[in-house]
Amino acid sequence: MAEKVSELIYDEQTNTYSMDPEQIVRDDVEKHHWLNTAKSILKDWRLYLMLVPMLLVFLFWRYLPMYELLGSFKATEVGVDVADQLHIGFANFKTLLFGTKDLTYDFWRAFRNTFLLSFYGLCFGFPMPIILALFFNEIKSNIMRSTFQVLTYLPKFMSTVVMTTLVAMLVKGSSIVSGMGVVSQALQALHIISPEMAEAGLLSNPNLFRTIYQVSGIWEGAGYDSIVYFAAVIAISPTSYEAAQIDGAGKMAQMRYVVLPSILSTVVIMLITRIGSLLSVGYEKVLLLYDPLTYQTADVVSTFSYRLGLNGDSQQGMASAAEMINNLIGMVLVIGANAIARKASDVSLY
Amino acid sequence: MKRKLAASELIFKILSYLFLGIFALLCLYPFVFTLSSSISSSEAVDSNQVILLPKQIQFDAFKAMFTDNAFWNSYANTLFLTVYGTIWAVGVSILGGYALSKKRLLFRKGFNFFLVFTMWFSAGIVPQYLNYLATRDVFNAVGIMDDKWLIVIAMGMAAMNIILLRNAFEGVPSEIEEAAIVDGATEMQVLSKVYIPMARSTIATVTLFFAISRWNGYFWARQMTQNVNEWPLQVFIRTTLENYTNGDYITGWYNIPEHTYSPNSAIYALIICAVIPILIIYPFIQKYFAKGVNMGGVKE
Repeated sequence: MAEKVSELIYDEQTNTYSMDPEQIVRDDVEKHHWLNTAKSILKDWRLYLMLVPMLLVFLFWRYLPMYELLGSFKATEVGVDVADQLHIGFANFKTLLFGTKDLTYDFWRAFRNTFLLSFYGLCFGFPMPIILALFFNEIKSNIMRSTFQVLTYLPKFMSTVVMTTLVAMLVKGSSIVSGMGVVSQALQALHIISPEMAEAGLLSNPNLFRTIYQVSGIWEGAGYDSIVYFAAVIAISPTSYEAAQIDGAGKMAQMRYVVLPSILSTVVIMLITRIGSLLSVGYEKVLLLYDPLTYQTADVVSTFSYRLGLNGDSQQGMASAAEMINNLIGMVLVIGANAIARKASDVSLY
Repeated sequence: MKRKLAASELIFKILSYLFLGIFALLCLYPFVFTLSSSISSSEAVDSNQVILLPKQIQFDAFKAMFTDNAFWNSYANTLFLTVYGTIWAVGVSILGGYALSKKRLLFRKGFNFFLVFTMWFSAGIVPQYLNYLATRDVFNAVGIMDDKWLIVIAMGMAAMNIILLRNAFEGVPSEIEEAAIVDGATEMQVLSKVYIPMARSTIATVTLFFAISRWNGYFWARQMTQNVNEWPLQVFIRTTLENYTNGDYITGWYNIPEHTYSPNSAIYALIICAVIPILIIYPFIQKYFAKGVNMGGVKE
């Protein structure tokens, strides 16, 4: 530490330390020497040591799995190291993408479902938090607003298991013990669904899966997702509203000319992020909600891969290939979205 | 100064209260319904009389559950995973985030990319599964037989949380660090005496993110625990529901010897037990979560 102090020049007039200009030049010259790199690491070894646990965790359990992706070019032999398995090139990919078997059909169905679940989420789930934030802004009483906010954030903290169990209990039909779920009953009473549909239970109806998925998604996340928009809305200066009012602007005009421009950049960023993650559907929720009766609309690529790879061990290579196709396209979307976001504003997402 | 509201503003205000009121009640309703159903009599639950408030209150479902060893076992496992998993994840993240926040760190861009790339591309379920299997073999070889340690150490790390910490540490004025170094503080002391106190609200946020995700973890815990005794609560709830929908409810702990409570009530009681800890701490922690979301937009 003493060495470090001696490098600094003390300026009595401004009471500050500064670096000797020659020292800075010397540093610049020496930077290019590899020995200097080693020296700098040795001098700061504690800092580099702090990095080690994180690097190891990510190496072992985020990057080593990528090595297993080699399996997608192999004929799977369970229990054999992936490098030693028989190499079959792109055969698995060809079967999935251009084959004629059921597997190809199931893969494309899963790919379509993945996209559609996100896309409908974009259409219905995305606007909801914005609407909530605008409404939160209208509630001037702090107690009321906090109450509303606390209640709407709440579902976000429930586990996927609890949430899906609740959904299953609320929409079940009467085939399972102890009668119909309260939501099935209500919808039947309101003549939104037929008695037969209610009897059978809504979760085993392929036509309703996407609706259930989106509604439960909004229930779970809309309140919490509104936080970021609310922060943007509340940052608007009250004088902006007053100026608009003096100009005779009604509520709609204020929304159009004051609020909307102020939150637009946030909305654009969130929209781009959302588009970037169009192909990453959380498998846990789907896995817990679907059953063989609803595969038609519910099966997504990761659940398809899960059934193929974890239940039937012999098709691990095929399963890896399926998810790799999806995740590679997903990565291109994310990176593209991030690049656009960087252009659209000064804020980058990562 | 009170100004008369324009008609459009008044309408909008009423609309806000109405909309938010309904939405907030809808968010709350499932929990109230669950609680009511868990403590109502079997006749009331089975004949769908419970809509909002409990009818013919009984606590037999809770009693039966509380006398079940498997339930307490899963609860203890979840506590284990949450406590150790959070300590491990937060510890690793603070150290890593701190090192990454230093401009003088060589290959800083490279290390950042190493982290961020995992948010863009994931190998997928099957490769991860094979990797965890191999990890388990290694753990077993060195004498760690309990799969809970596999879950604690190998799972649940989140690049986003490390980046949040990195940004918080970057925001600490460097003058304070320089002053500490002049006073002869070591790197570890600078971190624990200067940076951790200065970034404590972000650390609290990240800790809560980790703790909640540990408490709620399900999928990999189910895949990687071979022994029923190692199941956490979420797996226990799910398997109970599966047994129940398969019609096996007569054999489990949630059986109904005297028909004092409906098997539904058993499921609902289980849900209540899973959410109660979160509900209790929730009012105190929710402001940190709100903070965490707004830290999401990041510059670099």
